[in-house]
Amino acid sequence: MSSITPADVAVGATGDGGAPRQPGRVSLGGLSVNLRSSGIYIAFALIIVLFSVLTDGALLQPQNISNIIVQNSYVLILAIGMILIIIAGHIDLSVGSVVAVTGALAAVLMVNMGVAWPLALLITIIAGGVIGAWQGYWIAYFGIPAFIVTLAGMLLFRALTLTVLGNQGIGPFPDQVRTLANGFTDGYLGNIGLGPLGGADLFSLLIGIIAIAGMVLAQWRTRGARKGYGQAVEPVALFVLKMAAGAALILFVVVQLARFKNLPWVLVLLAVLVLAYSLMANRTVFGRQIYAIGGNLQAAVMSGVKVKSVVFWIFVNMGVLSAIAGVIFAGRLNQAGPTAGNSFELDAIAAAFIGGAAVQGGVGKVVGAITGGLIMAVINNGMSLIGSPSERVMLVKGIVLLAAVAFDVWTKRRTGASR
Amino acid sequence: MTEHILRMSGITKTFPGVKALQDVNLSVRRGEIHAICGENGAGKSTLMKVLSGVYPHGDYEGEITFEGKRCEFGGIRDSEHAGIVIIHQELALSPQLSIAENIFLGNERARRGVIDWNRTNYEAGELMKRVGLRENPTTPIADIGVGKQQLVEIAKALSKEVKLLILDEPTAALNDDDSAHLLDLLRGLRDEGITCVIISHKLNEVIAIADSVTIIRDGRTIETLDMADDHVTEDRIISGMVGRALDNRFPPHEADIGEEAFRIEDWTVHSPSQPGRKVVDGASLTLRRGEIVGLAGLMGAGRTELAMSVFGRTYGVNISGRLFKDGKPIDIRNVQDAIRHGVAYATEDRKRYGLNLIEDIKRNISAAGLKGLSSRGWVNENEEYRVAEGFRKSMNIKAPGVTSVVGKLSGGNQQKVVLSKWILTEPDVLILDEPTRGIDVGAKYEIYTIINRLADQGKAVLVISSELPELLGLCDRIYTLSEGRITGEVPRGEATQERLMYLMTKGQE
Repeated sequence: MSSITPADVAVGATGDGGAPRQPGRVSLGGLSVNLRSSGIYIAFALIIVLFSVLTDGALLQPQNISNIIVQNSYVLILAIGMILIIIAGHIDLSVGSVVAVTGALAAVLMVNMGVAWPLALLITIIAGGVIGAWQGYWIAYFGIPAFIVTLAGMLLFRALTLTVLGNQGIGPFPDQVRTLANGFTDGYLGNIGLGPLGGADLFSLLIGIIAIAGMVLAQWRTRGARKGYGQAVEPVALFVLKMAAGAALILFVVVQLARFKNLPWVLVLLAVLVLAYSLMANRTVFGRQIYAIGGNLQAAVMSGVKVKSVVFWIFVNMGVLSAIAGVIFAGRLNQAGPTAGNSFELDAIAAAFIGGAAVQGGVGKVVGAITGGLIMAVINNGMSLIGSPSERVMLVKGIVLLAAVAFDVWTKRRTGASR
Repeated sequence: MTEHILRMSGITKTFPGVKALQDVNLSVRRGEIHAICGENGAGKSTLMKVLSGVYPHGDYEGEITFEGKRCEFGGIRDSEHAGIVIIHQELALSPQLSIAENIFLGNERARRGVIDWNRTNYEAGELMKRVGLRENPTTPIADIGVGKQQLVEIAKALSKEVKLLILDEPTAALNDDDSAHLLDLLRGLRDEGITCVIISHKLNEVIAIADSVTIIRDGRTIETLDMADDHVTEDRIISGMVGRALDNRFPPHEADIGEEAFRIEDWTVHSPSQPGRKVVDGASLTLRRGEIVGLAGLMGAGRTELAMSVFGRTYGVNISGRLFKDGKPIDIRNVQDAIRHGVAYATEDRKRYGLNLIEDIKRNISAAGLKGLSSRGWVNENEEYRVAEGFRKSMNIKAPGVTSVVGKLSGGNQQKVVLSKWILTEPDVLILDEPTRGIDVGAKYEIYTIINRLADQGKAVLVISSELPELLGLCDRIYTLSEGRITGEVPRGEATQERLMYLMTKGQE
């Protein structure tokens, strides 16, 4: 026993190993980048550049951008719900079947029974919530692994779809539903000339500018508040750079869309959902508890998190989002079909994992899942533009998924965070 | 009887930063029962892991001679091949397989890869007779009690033609009848010529069964005594186990003790895995404001189980008893209730139950007290940052900032995060389970200072610790727990290690 005097170890003295270093970060002239959390965005940018070159710029044509968004909106909506479930350390294999059964329900209500579309939409969304509650009950309160419950759900709800629809689809849907799924905002304010770019919809541009202004203002205020609390904030130059990059991205997409057919309604819906769910995940007690459960279930229990209730509600939420996706998918095809939503669950799960979710749970972001979904969407779209056969597209997507998770596991092992 | 079957000499085993064993010597005579005694963490289990090859040759310094031959075991298989079998405290049986299958697991009675079931069950039956286990060999392990499972482990060892049987705390989880049967069995095996090494905290059992005893303290051999020649008593063993002087390792503290803050009455908890077994049995204790109370007990005495069952019933089934806060009866059904009633529990296992290792410091600190940092479900992140930063400074958490990931901090700093988390919930009663486990000496002093500060703020603190000097140096009053029962309550002035150890090892009369 070495003799030590109290003075040597008094509070305030250093001697406990000192400050740990932070591996896994790359420093670029004062700009510190966390590879694990921002690698996905860098990869997304590279993939866009790659396919822009391969397709001679066709990828970024106005109509194509619009197509990518509209064709993938339902998977992106599902990815929002899925990332929350994966953060909590669970999985949902049933979403494809839930998309089918809710689409079928909406069709029966709107087409066969002639229920007014807003009411039918509401009923469908509630039905989605009930389906989620059913699965959430077995998972959270009965204690059956989500993998099993939702595998059963995948069969159950597909069976239910086939029972309702038989072997044929039901359609056509009311115009309003089709517009939501497939349509664009009207040119309320007419067109404006953009010089060499030709005419563009003024309303779309205004929405884009408002979005940019809102983003900059919100970020500026957050920065100011942090400063007020004495936290370290990034230098003004970096802040301006970041905002300019974000603004340029939004402006580019909006201008392209405005030159084509204005803003797709699903994009508006998607933007609202992404914003709302990002705030929920980061800034609410409920969101924090999802991360706590996935990060260390036992520690969450011992910290007073109502684990069962949180898990139950994220499955209810998944059901609701599946119902929204179900209506949009059916509306886009203008009929609810028995094979609707096939393998959507896999696309949504892949989007979440490519977007940086950890296999063990506790890690992930809504924006990451959306980016993951967009990466797959761009690969799909880009490869079909250059005429690749579908088996090759599948091959590439498989490799991308594996590589993304392998990268995650590798960085974790390197930084030792998994210990 | 002077021939030695086993000699371990000069064994030194180092873990990063810690010398777990230092120049340990152990000599076991052929055909005896040799007990190893020492406090929790003295190095007994590490020594047995060295012997059984869990830490392979080259991982430690020193020499092992078994049956006259020098041994360099590369793994458990090597040591088993030589005839050394270790039975761990946590039994290594497969619950869904039958008794016979478990006995021959990894050593199957097979002909050309096909299992001969008749032979398996017949030979299992013969081995079960030897250990006095009356069950059908085809009964699944899950259907028999822990006492019988222990016998299956021994039968399994016998099937491997064991020469030296090592038992780590074999009776810790057993009731009195099963313990008595097991001890009888060990005597029978000794008469058959099998040498036993038994690690035990129950000194009355050691006295009853052992032929000699080796005492280990702080990773060193203190002495080896011959039971008969040296007239060994429990007190003699205790003084060997604890004999070290207290040095200046504790900050001075004047306690200002107030009213009763928390009272546990007649608290009984049953084991969730073994129905009917009482893990805590009619325990009652009182905590007062500004007072630091210790809870001493050996491993398996039920300390953590008592604390966790009180803290929102996070352990145990069939819990009965009454809780009082400031003299008024309260009902704590879950962790949320506990937090609401101002009760906090900092776990002994930080990494499993205390922290979200992949999150940063501020989110760990706010994990239990998020309600106070939010309004209508929205977290005030700036306030969270400010509070966490405040704790980082006041608790002296050594990290670049509160956004550092907790998994990368040292044990002492992780413990400070856990304490911060609970202090944020503004508790009146803090239960600290092994608050300095795995923490270096300097950080321990800081933790003690924090505990004193909490008491000075009028909080009632219950400290659970395996280290008696820690309890003696820190606590105003100490309860002892043995086999789930409170066996004593010792005020500061009267507490000595010997007295506590006596109470902690006191069996049920």
